[in-house]
Amino acid sequence: MDFTLGEDRQALVDTLTRFLRDRRGLEARRAAAGAAPWHDRETWAGLAELGAIGALFPEEAGGFGGDPFDVTAVFETLGAALAAEPMLPALMAGTVFALAAPDRLEGLIAGGRLTTVAFHEPHARYDVSDVRATAVRTAEGWRLDGAKAVALHAEAADDVIVSAREADGDIALFLVPAASIDMRGYATHDGRRAAELTLSGVAVPPQARLCGSGPMQAAVAVGALALCAEALGVMERLKADTLDYLRTRKQFGAPIGRNQALQHRMAELLVEMEQARSSVINAAAAMGADAATRDRALSAAKFTIGEAATRTAEEAVQMHGGIGMTQELDVSHYAKRAMMIDHQLGDADFHLGRYIALSAA
Amino acid sequence: MDLAYTQEEEAFRTEVRAFLDAELPARLSDKVRDGRRLSKAETEEWHAILARRGWLAPHWPVEYGGAGWSVVQRFIFEMETARACAPMVIPFGLSMLAPVLIKYGSEAQKAHWLPRMLRGEDWWCQGYSEPGAGSDLASVRTTALRDGDHYVVNGQKTWTSYGQHANMIFCLVRTDAGGKPQEGISFLLVDMTSPGVEVRPIITLDGDHEVNEIFLTDVRVPVENLVGEEGRGWTYAKYLLTYERTSMAGVGASRAALGRLRVIARTERSGGRPLAEDPLFAARLARAEIALANLETTTMRVVAAAARGAAPGAESSMLKIKGTELRQEISALTRRAVGPYAQPFPPEAPEGTNAAPVGPDHAGPVTAQYLNLRKLTIYGGSNEIQKNIVAKTLLGL
Repeated sequence: MDFTLGEDRQALVDTLTRFLRDRRGLEARRAAAGAAPWHDRETWAGLAELGAIGALFPEEAGGFGGDPFDVTAVFETLGAALAAEPMLPALMAGTVFALAAPDRLEGLIAGGRLTTVAFHEPHARYDVSDVRATAVRTAEGWRLDGAKAVALHAEAADDVIVSAREADGDIALFLVPAASIDMRGYATHDGRRAAELTLSGVAVPPQARLCGSGPMQAAVAVGALALCAEALGVMERLKADTLDYLRTRKQFGAPIGRNQALQHRMAELLVEMEQARSSVINAAAAMGADAATRDRALSAAKFTIGEAATRTAEEAVQMHGGIGMTQELDVSHYAKRAMMIDHQLGDADFHLGRYIALSAA
Repeated sequence: MDLAYTQEEEAFRTEVRAFLDAELPARLSDKVRDGRRLSKAETEEWHAILARRGWLAPHWPVEYGGAGWSVVQRFIFEMETARACAPMVIPFGLSMLAPVLIKYGSEAQKAHWLPRMLRGEDWWCQGYSEPGAGSDLASVRTTALRDGDHYVVNGQKTWTSYGQHANMIFCLVRTDAGGKPQEGISFLLVDMTSPGVEVRPIITLDGDHEVNEIFLTDVRVPVENLVGEEGRGWTYAKYLLTYERTSMAGVGASRAALGRLRVIARTERSGGRPLAEDPLFAARLARAEIALANLETTTMRVVAAAARGAAPGAESSMLKIKGTELRQEISALTRRAVGPYAQPFPPEAPEGTNAAPVGPDHAGPVTAQYLNLRKLTIYGGSNEIQKNIVAKTLLGL
């Protein structure tokens, strides 16, 4: 049994931590938060150069990692730095490429064309298999129609992988140039950008059809794992900042951390966070199993994270008091990211429901 | 045991409802229902409507323009205005300062300031909290030194709600540095248009501008703006805070928010059926409904005791704890209900860059509101402080 990261992975984590600290201080992040289209190509190239993108994909596909624990190590580090770079879209799009269009992965790993995914639809909540967008065969290729919801970093992307239903009712994925999609971009509460997409008779060539729905499920699975790991990094930072505050903030003549009531609440948070970390380890270990086993462990993790991250965020704000309510402090930005992770790729209820369904099957 | 209102109380409720039906503009209640922020002018418009009916300051003694209502009538009014999604009446002048002036102010102060409040001529804000003080209000560091017939005020106040709208601020200031922290505090009314007053916005979690920092640099305040006696400010401040905490259960607001949540849960769909029928969500909703029904009766029990003459003491702490937790839970459920559309930033926030709402109309402000309401368990004496009061006063621990 060995729960350490190992030398190579630890080295990557250290390098990435330093890079993000230098490149993406909170000041820079705040200045960029919510601005359109928000994408810092220089930082992106830096991430590619130090191997953060390549670490997400296996060697046979052109990467130099790809183990689920590589993914969690990278994303926990991103979470700890509150990095808002489009790494989740890259991971999910790259996972589709690795399975369906391996020749495209090299460019993505090198930090070239940025690709995002648009699997969710406005009516469908968190269910990626509820697809109404259509793909119709034409003489020149395919014609795509439909709407996609809350597509992360879509404005900054060069291409978008879109899910659509073919005539036989099956879901397929299509690679669509971002420029051919009507986008309405907006800022999100966690300082990122997303967009509502409308595809109105978008014509794409035959080779734009990448694959069926299998790679989409794989991408959503690894995306959920990545979000869980990112949340761990966010929560660790929330815990550290709150502990620091409890030790230094004096009220009624003593540090507020002397209050046993607050000590016990922090102790409970610590226990919950360790439980959450274990759930993510369980999920990462199950990534190679059959889809049902994998998804059950992922739902267990995303449920655990959904509850624990929100609670950690709320407690961090509460224990900071008024100052925790302001944009002045890092803690509020980390708290919002922790809360918003529950709204991406399924919240605690969605995953508890899926866990129950998969357990009954 | 009788949970029903008397015939007179029912008649009063009918009267309040009729007034709200006739006088509350839909464009204001729509905004409140959707959780959107009202402008200063819109708040003043509602104040003026209430003032015309004589209901802007119903809790004041009749001779100053109060309505002479019983405790139960006041509770009914609060419930009905919340139910109708009426705008919040800004409490700083009407509910916090006014009772202090009525009890401790000079005749000249009462004659000058109270009618101006009813006419909406001043917008008051509260200068209690200071940086680093938190719930420890007695650690006042802002100083006021006597210079002839003026005080010269220097210091900083913070968490000042709607300070950007205000022209007047009531402040706790230190007029004597010796003795215990509670001694040497005085209660001063400061004209914010005076030289040396600077208001700086604090942007909160939700990206909105509601609270401010107030910097006071050599601000000259005429001595007639001292309330009561010099050095007795802590007594007045504590008296004021009992008023701040009485309506903190917010049962009316919770009921309105829960009603809106039910509508959203019937509209949103999850797994091919309304979200309200999703067993996990339905269980969460049911827990909140049950807690609210319980809290309504707990509140009425405190109201009934108050109607018999018992002064609400630590009971108001209990109501504050449960009431704020419940409002936060309902806002968290509402955020949960809108799913992925909880993420977009609402278009109206000053730090926002979004031109128009994203997703279903009901989704727009819910996350901002959830974030904003995190304040409920922090302000007005944090819930941790309230629990200390309950432990000490109700449990004798």
